[in-house]
Amino acid sequence: MNSRNLLREARLWLVGIPVLLWTLIPIYHIFLFSISTKDSAFSGRLWPEHPTLRNFGIVFREDHFYLHHFWSQIWNSLWIAVATGVITLAVATCAAFSISRLRVKGGRAVMNAALFTYFIPAAFLAVPMYKAMGSYGLLNNRWSLVLAMVTLAAPYAIWVLKQASDKLPWELDEAARIDGATPAQLFGLVYLPLMVPSLVAIFTYALLLAWNEYLYAFLLLSHENTIPLAVGLGHFLASDDSPWEILMATALIYGLPPAAIYYAFRRYMVGGLTAGAVKS
Amino acid sequence: MSSVVLPRAEPIRPAKPPRKALSTWQVWGIVLIAPYLLVFAVFVLYPVSYGLWLARHPASYVTLFDDPVFFRTVVNTIFFLLIAVNLKFVLALFLSGFFVHEKTWIRWLSVIFIIPWAVPAIPTIFSIRFMLNPEWGVINSLLFRWFQVDGPNWLTNPQLAMAMAIVVHIWKALPFWTLILMAGRLSIPKELYEAASVDGASGWQKFKFVTWPSIRTLYITSTLLSLIWTLGDFNSVYLLTGGQPADQTHVLATLGIRYIRLDQLDQAMATIVVALPFVLPMVYFMMKRLSGDEQQKSS
Repeated sequence: MNSRNLLREARLWLVGIPVLLWTLIPIYHIFLFSISTKDSAFSGRLWPEHPTLRNFGIVFREDHFYLHHFWSQIWNSLWIAVATGVITLAVATCAAFSISRLRVKGGRAVMNAALFTYFIPAAFLAVPMYKAMGSYGLLNNRWSLVLAMVTLAAPYAIWVLKQASDKLPWELDEAARIDGATPAQLFGLVYLPLMVPSLVAIFTYALLLAWNEYLYAFLLLSHENTIPLAVGLGHFLASDDSPWEILMATALIYGLPPAAIYYAFRRYMVGGLTAGAVKS
Repeated sequence: MSSVVLPRAEPIRPAKPPRKALSTWQVWGIVLIAPYLLVFAVFVLYPVSYGLWLARHPASYVTLFDDPVFFRTVVNTIFFLLIAVNLKFVLALFLSGFFVHEKTWIRWLSVIFIIPWAVPAIPTIFSIRFMLNPEWGVINSLLFRWFQVDGPNWLTNPQLAMAMAIVVHIWKALPFWTLILMAGRLSIPKELYEAASVDGASGWQKFKFVTWPSIRTLYITSTLLSLIWTLGDFNSVYLLTGGQPADQTHVLATLGIRYIRLDQLDQAMATIVVALPFVLPMVYFMMKRLSGDEQQKSS
């Protein structure tokens, strides 16, 4: 009996250890490079002889050709992410309230239009979007990326918020209406306070989507003053002899905030639409 | 005024009595939904219509089909989709069975396992790209040190490079689908397994007669959804190979962008139109599936 349990446990470790290595090796590789000097970075050691924070100093002082706009790029990333989060939240909350609580005519058609946008691969939508942004005169303007990201984030946001608001009891609306509340009062005093957890989740979702985006960012923005850090990182690949250790330090700085936010709001982030979409 | 931007005809609602005039509540409803309708009209409806109009010339398709890169791309895309999606789901199915074990260390491992999904694509794909560098990369260095062999040129051999793009894609997307299938497994009533144990079922028989019938629909729907999203996976290919060497490692998602960079917008749109007969039925199926769920719930 005991040896059978041991065998079971051993079989689990036989799966667990490869899974752990598979997941962590590319991450550890980033970390290892970011604390290595240029010479020791390529030695193939598992831990550098003289770990150093020098690379991060170079990044923060913008002390390299590829990093001359580091702070402005990080500011652009932040600005674009927050703007996307705020606008997505506003647009999607209003739409979800209208479809779910006010039962607006044609709400179902709007929901279908949103889902259509959600399912079309983003890389395919990028081509017509690029052309349209050109004709609106928005290329190289940070607003173009914000609006594109709102377009991509809003469908999922509306879906999740609609699912959440469908669960609120109707008696609340009826009571408010009998008491003579206006739609605005119902929205502001009853609906919004009850929806706070979903609103937090949607804001986080849109924020991360915009911060992480590469394809739309590098299509729509190319001017030095408008590009976010994601595109700045891509520039490192322009030449073969890029300073890997500095690139990896920058990449670590870029990747840590979204990872931290993801883990802080983890219980909201998985599930949602996909869980709904694939429910049997 | 807002009916101008309504994308579709309004659906008929037989359940409700016809309204005579717009109530205050309906006016508010229209006002609140207007911002999204505006976003949809300006950034989806107009661009897509304009793009389709740009793609109307048969000449674009002749040029496209004559481009040797295009044929190569179609073959790459088919292989990429078939291998990446199926391999990913077989692994996810297997790992979801591993992660449902109720042990503390497995729960901690599942928290670590989600990292690839939680972090942005660029840092990790660049990291893998550096690991695969034939001269300085850690993989070939270690191969040389341990076995005194020169490792392959991972990213300059087109077949190997596509294989590595599949690895990158799976590395990134596997955690998400494992969690989805795990949720499916966890929703199966425990009594079914207990009954199967009483009847003396083996592990494989439990999977075949209890687990698989319960999560089959979930598995198939997830696979379809993943197929659409994998078709649009730009990062795994572009950030790893950039389409190199000699534009032999493109997929449809990166080829469209390549034509934009070459300032051939008609070609870029044509590339996407070619994929539509394949994409639209799947999108339609997924939308129908979600709407179907809706009806069940409200009835």
